[in-house]
Amino acid sequence: MTVVLSQLFTGISIGAVLLLIALGLSLTFGQMNVINMAHGELIMFGAYTVYVLQKVISGAGISLLVALPVAFVIAGLMGVLIEVLLIRRLYARPLDTLLVTWGVSLILQQAARDVFGAPNVQTRAPELLTGSIHLTDDLVVSSSRLFILVLALTAVGALSVVLKVSPLGRRIRAVVQNRDLASVSGLATGRVDRLTFFIGSGLAGIAGVALTLVGPIGPTMGTNIIVNAFLVVVVGGIGQLKGTVIVAFALGVVQSMVEYTTTVSVASVIVFLVIVAFLQWRPQGLFTLRTRSLA
Amino acid sequence: MTTLQDPPVTTTPPARKRGVPAVAIGFGLAAVALFGVAPAALGDFRLGLLAKYLCIAIVAAGIGLAWGRGGMLTLGQGVFFGLGGYAMAMHLKLTDAGPGQLPDFMQLYGQLNALPWWWRPFANPVFALAATVLLPMLVAALLGLLIFRRRVRGAYFAILSQALCAAMAIFLIGQQGTTGGTNGLTDIQGFFGYDLTDPVNRRMIYFIVAGALLAVLGLTWQLMRSRYGELLVAVRDGEERVRFLGYDPANVKLVAYVAAAGMAGLAGALFVPAVGIISPAMIGVVPSIEFVIGVAVGGRASLVGPALGAVAVAWAKTALSEKLPSAWTYFEGLLFILPILFLPGGLASLVTLLRRRRLSKKEAA
Repeated sequence: MTVVLSQLFTGISIGAVLLLIALGLSLTFGQMNVINMAHGELIMFGAYTVYVLQKVISGAGISLLVALPVAFVIAGLMGVLIEVLLIRRLYARPLDTLLVTWGVSLILQQAARDVFGAPNVQTRAPELLTGSIHLTDDLVVSSSRLFILVLALTAVGALSVVLKVSPLGRRIRAVVQNRDLASVSGLATGRVDRLTFFIGSGLAGIAGVALTLVGPIGPTMGTNIIVNAFLVVVVGGIGQLKGTVIVAFALGVVQSMVEYTTTVSVASVIVFLVIVAFLQWRPQGLFTLRTRSLA
Repeated sequence: MTTLQDPPVTTTPPARKRGVPAVAIGFGLAAVALFGVAPAALGDFRLGLLAKYLCIAIVAAGIGLAWGRGGMLTLGQGVFFGLGGYAMAMHLKLTDAGPGQLPDFMQLYGQLNALPWWWRPFANPVFALAATVLLPMLVAALLGLLIFRRRVRGAYFAILSQALCAAMAIFLIGQQGTTGGTNGLTDIQGFFGYDLTDPVNRRMIYFIVAGALLAVLGLTWQLMRSRYGELLVAVRDGEERVRFLGYDPANVKLVAYVAAAGMAGLAGALFVPAVGIISPAMIGVVPSIEFVIGVAVGGRASLVGPALGAVAVAWAKTALSEKLPSAWTYFEGLLFILPILFLPGGLASLVTLLRRRRLSKKEAA
């Protein structure tokens, strides 16, 4: 029983990391229909932010707290830069945004390699997050994983509040639903696009900060995790925040359970097959907006 | 009297009448360049490199068909390339080891006493050769059926194909005892009785690869100019409309996807004797998307654009990355960005543009 519970928690914590990564994608890919392959490198920006800040601020706890907003802004501005320079010209060609932003990701990776060196770098975790908590006698959860879970849920809450009740969220939804109508209604759609990108990319920065607690930080860290994050958005349903949340945790749990019974390498294939099987049942993802479009 | 018919919106060039001699001349020139000029002008080492590039060009021809004509951006060609490559390499490793013997790496980390069951059929040369092309086609057919029938397309399809690549690479790395893990299947010595260390035999491999590329281009040309080719473009441009006309777009897409997979498998199979190794590093997410770049640069929708672009990009990579590895990555990044942003049709569209300009000048005169 404890084995199942502890695997369940491992799954949930994998899911929390996936969720943090997929959250920004759910905004830029789900809402804007832009496949930003450089999202992984924006995550990398967030992670290196922690690394750089720790050179300046000695306290690991304080530097982590400072890193959260700083990484949000840095990754966000980077995302806006990519949007303004490249993506703005490609809104009608989503598949081409994929290739163009892949080029961006190559350049950003190489830049990181040239600045920080190719090997992975280490950051210090705050003391509060290095230990683990005994939930019951047998069930032990690491506090950094718990922190990531809380961070992911907070980010989801904040994002859904922004999208649902704030004037900005109303504008984002208006532009997503009908760009032309929003435009003639006096919305500056270009500005809304940029703000959407700022938030989506900023969330990648936050994810990067969280990732410093669980894995190595290196130039190629983005490529390895981005594929699964895209799958989460696809399976969750485009533009559906709740779909993203449910699927992130579900995939995390499936992965940890399969990994426990087989091996990591078999699990990656099985998870893929589960996803293809799931798409037979719901080809447009878990939650869908019904439209009459002929696209 | 007024006609109820709309004027034709697009004027399709009378390709069938005028195009045939031009294409024949093109194929003739390509044959002369590949079989005459290149072997005469290049030394053994460079010819070996060219063979490697031509393998990538075969993959690119398939991507051109699936993506340029069919609108399916497949980021997972590495999977099919790998299936073909591993099928070939497994057979060659088994022949290298000799009958009844285990390949060297299995003794090293597998601690296996007997050959795994799924390795056994590959000892048979006919089975192995057929598998290099048919196995990728089978996997593509199964996956394509599941995906296209449920109308999963566009970005969804691209991401799924990429995920398959990632899954396969992780899977191969994990099965070190039976697949060689990260190292892959290395150090391949012989090719159906020919010694691959002999430069003469390596030249022979080059000629086989060049012939295969010409055959693939011929097949692609046939597909493109047939009724099927027009249907494929129609599905790309308006899938629902094709459905309303009574065709099943899923089948149309499936044929192109399966053909592209077969080409990638063939390329993988030829890559093994040409380079002497196949490993997960050649079939993961990164190399799979690198297959696409040459196609984009050369011209995704044209016949020879993908192949030429692939060779050019692969050559540039060798030339640049040896001297300046950092500069190459920046350059590669720009190769993804600039052509797609400013020349979506690739270099091939430049040729069409120039030709059209010359034609309109002629008409004006």
